[in-house]
Amino acid sequence: MVKIVFFASIREVLGCASLDLNIGKGVSLSRLVAMLGEQRGELWCVALTAENVRVAVNQELVQGDPLLSIGDEIAFFPPVTGG
Amino acid sequence: MSQKIIIQEAPFRMQDEYQKLKSVTRAVGAVAIFVGVVRDINDGADVHGLHLEHYPGMTEREIGKILAMAEDRWPLHAATVIHRVGALDPGDEIVLVGIAAGHRGDAFAACEFVIDYLKTRATFWKKEQTSEGEGWLTTREADLSAAATWEE
Repeated sequence: MVKIVFFASIREVLGCASLDLNIGKGVSLSRLVAMLGEQRGELWCVALTAENVRVAVNQELVQGDPLLSIGDEIAFFPPVTGG
Repeated sequence: MSQKIIIQEAPFRMQDEYQKLKSVTRAVGAVAIFVGVVRDINDGADVHGLHLEHYPGMTEREIGKILAMAEDRWPLHAATVIHRVGALDPGDEIVLVGIAAGHRGDAFAACEFVIDYLKTRATFWKKEQTSEGEGWLTTREADLSAAATWEE
């Protein structure tokens, strides 16, 4: 099981703030996104692979396509606009 | 360096934060405080209000990393970051960055460094209500280039 969280415009587009997903060992981030697209529809694939989407795993920004572990918290969010 | 990072909905009192920063040690000779305020106009539209959300946990970690970078670059005695979330109106204070150092040059520089990095790295998002409707803000080029200048 991994926990997936969404923030700001991405949360609003998907209509979802968080969900839990059962994944096996050795699942990559891109595979996770593909699984979500298969389960939830094309909108999810588009929203989560848009160019400006940032991804954090266990609250650390990640680049590329890391392998995920059971228990990870994966976050998808747009560029930050605080301050 | 003593440090304080708070994310809260409630307003903050700048005078209280100043007193705490300057009282950390008698070696403090300079306190620089930056306060960000909600404007009533942005990109030509009248702003009626803002809603701010953040990523609890990651936000505090990112700000902690920024303060650690500042401490590596300048000799500092104390740092405070308070950022508000939730509903804010024009004129409301949104963020406070306070730095206590021995000398003003270090306090000024570290204060600017922290707010520049906060704007591009800390996980906050602003949604603006304007006369033309509401929408999420996008990153400003000026903010990105301000943070980038510290890396040169």
